Amino acid sequence: MEARFRALALLGAVAFLAAVPLGARLLDTPFYLTLFGRIMIWALAALSLNLILGFGGMVSFGHAAYLGVGVYTVGILSYHGVHSGFVQWPAAILTSALVALVIGAISLRTSGVYFIMITLAFAQMLYFLGVSLKTYGGDDGMTLPVQSQFGGLLDLGDATTFYYLVLGLLLALHYVIHRLVHSRFGLVIRGARSNERRMRAVGFPTFRYRLVAFVVAGSICGLAGVLLVNFVKYVSPAFMHWTRSGEILVMVILGGMGSVVGPALGAFAFLLLEEVLSSYTEHWALILGPVIVLLVLWGKRGLAGLLAPRDGT
Amino acid sequence: MDPTLLLVQGLNGLQLGIMLFLMAAGLTLIFGIMNVVNLAHGSLYMIGAYLASSFQEWTGSFLLAVLLALPATALVGVVVELVTIRRLYARDHLDQVLATFGLILFFNELVRVVWGKAARYMALPAALAGHVELAPGVRYPLFRLTIVSVGILVAVALYVLITRTRAGMLIRAGASNRTMVGALGIDIARLFTLLFGLGAAMAGLAGVMAGPILSIESGMGEPILILTFVVIVIGGIGSIRGALVAALLVGLVDTIGRAFLPPLLGTMLPPQAASQAGPALASMLIYIFMAGVLAFRPEGLFPARG
Repeated sequence: MEARFRALALLGAVAFLAAVPLGARLLDTPFYLTLFGRIMIWALAALSLNLILGFGGMVSFGHAAYLGVGVYTVGILSYHGVHSGFVQWPAAILTSALVALVIGAISLRTSGVYFIMITLAFAQMLYFLGVSLKTYGGDDGMTLPVQSQFGGLLDLGDATTFYYLVLGLLLALHYVIHRLVHSRFGLVIRGARSNERRMRAVGFPTFRYRLVAFVVAGSICGLAGVLLVNFVKYVSPAFMHWTRSGEILVMVILGGMGSVVGPALGAFAFLLLEEVLSSYTEHWALILGPVIVLLVLWGKRGLAGLLAPRDGT
Repeated sequence: MDPTLLLVQGLNGLQLGIMLFLMAAGLTLIFGIMNVVNLAHGSLYMIGAYLASSFQEWTGSFLLAVLLALPATALVGVVVELVTIRRLYARDHLDQVLATFGLILFFNELVRVVWGKAARYMALPAALAGHVELAPGVRYPLFRLTIVSVGILVAVALYVLITRTRAGMLIRAGASNRTMVGALGIDIARLFTLLFGLGAAMAGLAGVMAGPILSIESGMGEPILILTFVVIVIGGIGSIRGALVAALLVGLVDTIGRAFLPPLLGTMLPPQAASQAGPALASMLIYIFMAGVLAFRPEGLFPARG
């Protein structure tokens, strides 16, 4: 019964998202297309963080770094006249993977609070790197000269096309993550979260498994950055600011860790709450802050927990 | 390399190191004894600076402002501990990070509501505004020297407090075995609250001393908070000695790097490339330094707990 309810709820959510462009056109409110498009991109970032946070137990407080790497790779290539998405997108994803590999290889040597602080510090390092790149706008950032070109195959300039591309990628990657965490690989990283010593004793090189998960998460977040920069047509170190990393974390927790769809629910809830609060008062953070505190103290299982009992999958 | 510039930049580095130590000492103690990651430590630094600027406006005296701002910040810290942090002791680090992240959002917005959006500035009293001649032709701001002296005094006082007093003995005992200290009849909860207040006061002191150098604005606590994390990670979590050594190292590496790396690169690279790479590399230097330390000692230089 509960499983069916859950499936129906998810199907309803997807149907709703698929209908947003039509609704926006009928109601003549393109604002909603932008709003939900933006939320879905953040949902993708939250989905990628959850792979290492919820399933791998790695509390990365610097996940916005990979978002920034995606943003800057596209921005820098575009600045130098490389507009083809067929070059930009793989380059951005590869760069994010490489950055995640280096950060992961160093950070995963530590655990607990050290890990939290180090991932935060590395993200901050990339933030300052972005700030010091004066050619690409430095602190202020720069306008993206041209959106990624796909040789007539896809026109990102068309808001509806872009929206469906984001929706399609979001759904596809949910499926990928779902398969991944239920595969042998997923079982190993989940096992390492519950009892690392035992997994090592059984003979799994947990460090390598963790590092791969870290790199996969970084690459997916890099893709979110690629979408984001094309969406807002702007390159800025602000995407790497540590508060972005914190917000992605909050989305994951709000939605429910260790559930594949939880982070997306969290992203919708968090950004819609922000949208509503900011329409009432410019001091919305004064309310949002305590809401997060209360949520941590009393709302442990997240939104996904409301839909189904948590079974760790 | 110009020796005068090296002296001045060395002192600047020392001064940054001292500020970082004031932050790191409180944070590392709070972590060492209470096992709490407190991101809102930077907010206490910010609140110290804001309170001091207001007290200075009302009383007209810098000294009085400092003396009032410290207990006031400690009080804010105690209230924060009683209302939220206390409930987080038994929770995992992720919960602590999130809850204190919520506190940061709250405090950053609160100061905008109370003090307005515009940055505030603190004037130095005439007695501290001048320069000192360190060597013929080398002048250094007196206030920055004051910061260094105050910091050294606080470090010594903290050392005495931790190693020579009963309260310090309890703090050390609590850090190594909380349950046992509680079982021996010590009110651990009260000790935690007082320690949190002490950490808040030190963060507030760092904020007050930063007030006349930097502009006081919402969000000013986070850059220094993240530097403080780097310090704590390098020094070893929970270790005061590690915090002191790492704070001075980070202060010196950062300041000297920013001053000398760009000209140094200029001698090796074409000027255009150097003017781009210099500042970028300098701003990344301490993080590279941290990665280097961790590659050899994942627990930091002075690991406090096994």
